[in-house]
Amino acid sequence: MTVKDIREILKAEVICCADHLDTEVHTACGSDMMSDVLAFVKDQSVLLTGLINPQVVRTAEMMDMRCIVFVRGKVPDESVVQLAQDREIVLMKTPYRMFTACGLLYDNGLRGGCDI
Amino acid sequence: MAETIQLHFDVPGDDFTRAGEASGQTKRTLKKIGFSSDTIRRVSIAMYEGEINMVIHAGGGVIDVEIAPDRIEMWLRDKGPGIPDVELAMQEGYSTAPDNVRSLGFGAGMGLPNIKKYTDDMKIDTEIGVGTTVYMAVQNH
Repeated sequence: MTVKDIREILKAEVICCADHLDTEVHTACGSDMMSDVLAFVKDQSVLLTGLINPQVVRTAEMMDMRCIVFVRGKVPDESVVQLAQDREIVLMKTPYRMFTACGLLYDNGLRGGCDI
Repeated sequence: MAETIQLHFDVPGDDFTRAGEASGQTKRTLKKIGFSSDTIRRVSIAMYEGEINMVIHAGGGVIDVEIAPDRIEMWLRDKGPGIPDVELAMQEGYSTAPDNVRSLGFGAGMGLPNIKKYTDDMKIDTEIGVGTTVYMAVQNH
């Protein structure tokens, strides 16, 4: 799956880094708790979250994630967008809520990257 | 790289939005040198959790990083309140972080356990009312 596929599946709108839509992604993670993302995620390239603060982008950066999807149509402020742009991380927003967004991606073949 | 590279960062304690700048810069330096992605990720995550802790609990501090070909060492020093019970602080899920920090996605009591998980060596020197130094090291495999 590519970041572009995620955009289609989640009816999402790209906020920044639209030139990286062809990036391949294999696994994803949905969480509002960044410490959990840092604790349990391995080689996951997409983060779905309801938080819109700069630490979301920094967490994604530390984990080498390529794309962040904000659920429920949330939009971060300009400083967060700038940070993501500098780190070449695609930001997008989807109108779906967390559970539905994760379910749609799972239904289309994206997995969590963990054994259990 | 033949020589040891040293980095120094001042971590401001009054701006949570900037927490992670030092870790991000260290990560980019390691990438430029050419360390493996596994080593880079372990250093980045451990240092990031430590940096976040400094801002949440101690009003900031200083971080020194020493990068050698086989080992990356970090010293995170703060002049915060100190940790009364280190063993308790090391338990997953134990946290004294305020609610405003939790709303930002931290304060789940995973910071120190995460650091331990991702590093090869970790040492905490703490004194109540004086401050805390967290030493951590990652071997480059």
